[in-house]
Amino acid sequence: MKFTLGWLKTHLETSASLAEITGKLTMIGLELESVEDRAAGFAPFIVGHVVEAKRHPDADRLSVCIVDTGRERVQVVCGAPNARTGMKGVFAASGTTIPGTGMQLKASTIRGVASHGMLCPAREMGLSDEHEGIIDLPADAPVGQPFAAVLGLDDPVIDIAVTPNRADCLGVRGIARDLAAAGLGTLKPRLVEPVAGRFKSPIGVRFDLAPDIANACPLFVGRLIRGVKNGPSPKWLQDRLGAIGLRPISALVDMTNFMTLDVNRPLHVFDADTLAGGITVRLARAGEKVQALNGKEYVLDGSETAIADDDGALGLGGVIGGVSSGCTEGTTNVFIEAALFDPVRTAATGRRHQIVSDARYRFERGLDLAAVIEGMEAATRLVMELCGGEPSELVVTGKPPDWHRSYALRLARIHALGGVDVPRDEAVRILAALGFAVAVAQGGDGVLAVTPPSWRGDVQGEADLVEEIVRIHGYERIPAVPLPRDTALPLPALNPPQRRARDARRALAGLGLTEAVTFSFMSSGHAALFGAGNAALRLANPISAELDMMRPSILPNLLLAAKRNADRGLTDAGLFEVGPQYSNDTPSGQALVATALRSGASFPRHWGAPSRPIDALDAKGDALGLLAALGLAIDNVQVTTDAPGWYHPGRSGVMRLGPKTTLAYFGEIHPAVLAKLDVKGPAVGCEVFLGALPPPKAKASKARPLLRLSPFQPVERDFAFVLDAGVAAEQVIKAAKSADKALIAAVSVFDLYQGKGVPDGKKSLAISVKLQPTTRTLTDAEIEAVGQRVVAAVIKATGATLRA
Amino acid sequence: MLDEVEKIRRVIGGAIAAAAAQADLEALRVDALGRKGRLTELMKGLGRLPPEQRRQAGATLNALKDELTAAIEARAKALAASELTRRLDAERVDVTLPVRPQPEGRIHPISQTIDEMVAIFGEMGFKVAEGPDIEDDFHNFTALNIPPEHPARQSHDTFYLAGDGAAAPKLLRTHTSPVQIRTMKAEKPPIRIIVPGRTYRVDYDATHSPNFHQVEGLVVDTTTHMGHLKGCLVEFVRAFFDVADLPVRFRPSYFPFTEPSAEMDIGCSRAGGELKLGAGGDWLEILGCGMVHPKVLANCGIDPAEYQGFAFGMGIERAAMLKYGIPDLRTFYEADLRWLKHYGFLPLEMPSMVGGLAR
Repeated sequence: MKFTLGWLKTHLETSASLAEITGKLTMIGLELESVEDRAAGFAPFIVGHVVEAKRHPDADRLSVCIVDTGRERVQVVCGAPNARTGMKGVFAASGTTIPGTGMQLKASTIRGVASHGMLCPAREMGLSDEHEGIIDLPADAPVGQPFAAVLGLDDPVIDIAVTPNRADCLGVRGIARDLAAAGLGTLKPRLVEPVAGRFKSPIGVRFDLAPDIANACPLFVGRLIRGVKNGPSPKWLQDRLGAIGLRPISALVDMTNFMTLDVNRPLHVFDADTLAGGITVRLARAGEKVQALNGKEYVLDGSETAIADDDGALGLGGVIGGVSSGCTEGTTNVFIEAALFDPVRTAATGRRHQIVSDARYRFERGLDLAAVIEGMEAATRLVMELCGGEPSELVVTGKPPDWHRSYALRLARIHALGGVDVPRDEAVRILAALGFAVAVAQGGDGVLAVTPPSWRGDVQGEADLVEEIVRIHGYERIPAVPLPRDTALPLPALNPPQRRARDARRALAGLGLTEAVTFSFMSSGHAALFGAGNAALRLANPISAELDMMRPSILPNLLLAAKRNADRGLTDAGLFEVGPQYSNDTPSGQALVATALRSGASFPRHWGAPSRPIDALDAKGDALGLLAALGLAIDNVQVTTDAPGWYHPGRSGVMRLGPKTTLAYFGEIHPAVLAKLDVKGPAVGCEVFLGALPPPKAKASKARPLLRLSPFQPVERDFAFVLDAGVAAEQVIKAAKSADKALIAAVSVFDLYQGKGVPDGKKSLAISVKLQPTTRTLTDAEIEAVGQRVVAAVIKATGATLRA
Repeated sequence: MLDEVEKIRRVIGGAIAAAAAQADLEALRVDALGRKGRLTELMKGLGRLPPEQRRQAGATLNALKDELTAAIEARAKALAASELTRRLDAERVDVTLPVRPQPEGRIHPISQTIDEMVAIFGEMGFKVAEGPDIEDDFHNFTALNIPPEHPARQSHDTFYLAGDGAAAPKLLRTHTSPVQIRTMKAEKPPIRIIVPGRTYRVDYDATHSPNFHQVEGLVVDTTTHMGHLKGCLVEFVRAFFDVADLPVRFRPSYFPFTEPSAEMDIGCSRAGGELKLGAGGDWLEILGCGMVHPKVLANCGIDPAEYQGFAFGMGIERAAMLKYGIPDLRTFYEADLRWLKHYGFLPLEMPSMVGGLAR
């Protein structure tokens, strides 16, 4: 909301400075966006009297002017065709910086004639885009004084942000009222004397609204003014609108804009001669069309409030007027509309047709319900002042909704809610200054009965009244007090799943992966590659086709990230994200997944560590490392080979805990998927479903089981087997362990070989078995016996042969 | 025999002292003390001596044996020491070589910032609450006192899901505030929660991301008022930004779900085009807050005549940008490894009030 200081002062009697006013606006909730004091930049530019202008002796297009600056006479060489003896212009002395160009003026000699300043063109002052010569000031402009005041440019422009509840501050008067309540002056009285109608309006207004939608337009006040002469509006009005960036158009249009901005009273002016019959307020008819003032045609669907004549809809009530009935320069008879429209229907109409207008903005926030007639009278006076004419009697259809309502305000609530003591008298003063009617309520001294004014539809209860009082009293006067804690020591802020999510991030970063945060949506084409099948998860209004579906997996985002990094030369990416993925649109369809991706080589080439392409086992390592870090007993994790289709079928796996719980997928990303994403492999990933992990057991004691250490030396024995290439290593390990569960503490695979010396289709797998006696040292014979049982168990389970 | 003893002492003893290698020492040991060594031979001859001489000669020979043994040991130690010195002189590793690759993971600034916020509010007795990203109109708007056609909805450019056409379309939550509703419906006061999480708005330019993060705070009990709101948030911003005297101010504002409502600014300086937090005559908006609107409490089945409290919400990326000097919002989601390494955090940098929030 933009206005000028001078405009504000037409409503506010104040001696406060601009800085005091702008500072106070912010502190009462009318946040200052900007203040533009053009006069400050124009201060060095003064009114100069051109005492003499004669042709430059050596240049036809230049003139040599003697300028009286009020203090001295200065010679200036000027190139403008309109420079002439006797005129008043804008003079800038040498050394002045010109706002439009940023150039500093220097004394110079132009074709042999000295020039000590400049007579300024409007263009170079940033006041106009046109080449129209130097500024020609009125003859009575005071010589030597700043020129800005002469042109009305000395009025600072203030821009504030008005929150949606404060419709009353969409008019300058409302802002003045708030400032006055906050102690920055007094609100000037506003008395609008009714204008006596000289005849009965031949144009009537009729409501055609069913009872259940009567609130679409509760009140319509109309008036015909005959014999107006539309033309340019006067300078004060043009200056005021121009200062806030509105282009003056004509007296009638400027008048409506002024009323809207001055007292937040939107109006519509019809060219009465274009109306066919009287005006009807009704719902639009489905399919009906309106040619709107913004140059667009709207096809209505029947939910809009239409202002119509006998020929059809003229405009959309509270939103926008129509071209056919609009005023022009030649308009002589006008019918003025001041009405109330339902905020909800207005908003719905504006949203449906995507019309943003000053009227809609105000009607959907709610207007002063009691000021419609007053607004019409003020508008009438303004029209008659600017355009002459003869007013009819008012045409009043409907009545304002009853806005009187009273709330009990317990004075104790001011401190109980607002945290600050405001004396009763001050509270009453603030409310009264804001226009609230205050009476002592039943229930005694501590309670006030407060009736909000007709322009404060936003105030709907005691909490709102407390806000009004505390807001004007000043939030800065609320003492800050510490928030007392319920317990002496803080309890954990995170529950176990939340802690797991946090730990998962730290664990994966500890594994050398870098955390990414990517969007929750992705392209539906990519999503389809990762199992997305739920059309309900498609966005109705995506930002772009690349972001049109909720992600079914985090992997595609990480793959694309790896590709972007590879395009920048970082081919070995290790990324992870712990975040949501979606399988349906209910809360249970959102799962928290820790997803990791590695691409390229295990390490960059290095003198001390051989580099190799990453493989599925790297992904398995990430998943297991994460599960272990989260406290899961990973010995219980089973691995199956039925990972979903976005993994390489032969190089991927699923980690399970029993038949029902899927902990994780891992493996190499399917080459066809990589190709579709245009990602260069190899790339491996894992997806760990954090929500699937069993919750940590609630234990009575944090004590760990007693540690029993064996005093006897462990013994290791190695065995090499030749097996079918398809036999899972895990089978060998399990079989070996089963040979003597008490004695065998660990089985590890230390060699895997295929190639020369091993038949085709076979592999050699070497394991180391660690025996840990607990009661005595083992004899050679006992060790030998266990070894034979290990060999037998492996051979039985896998069909292996002991490698020679 | 004494001559012989002296000779052995002189010759062998001298040779031991001059020995240049462990092998030479061993040869000398065999020569003197071996089974057929010279001293051993002499000792074998002791039996042939008369008993009165035998004791004397035996003592002499034993003394020589001890002497030679000690000399060999001493020489062996000396040789070993010099051999080690020689080996060390020869052994060299280029210690300027780069080390073998180490894990170099990073935590994203958003996660780090959330952990920091949780650490601070956790000390003040807040618990972390969560809710779904895909919400319904009731939780995201209506229950928060934002009925359909409310002007405040225009500032929430909402993503809607296509849905199945049967039910009202779901939406992506435009703020973390729906978790206020979910928590108040599920729990009885006193409530003290913060809600960090993903949020969504249809807006994509230099200063807006369609997916971003907010943290919500909610306190509901019977006594908390705006003074507590100020106290809590002033402590928070000063701890979070680690500026003990950070200027703060609260301005009246408007949110449909709070009454009274406020916005909180922190002091800054923009001198020389560089933003610096602290006293500097300028202000920077950091969060919105207010007392929970009675209608919102009532919508959740909490009696507004008995209970009250405050709520606040702030952008996590914005807080991280201000604290860590990150210039561009969009870079948070690009997963550029160079950016993540530069602005990210080591996994062990776990924020806590005890150990410190940030280095």
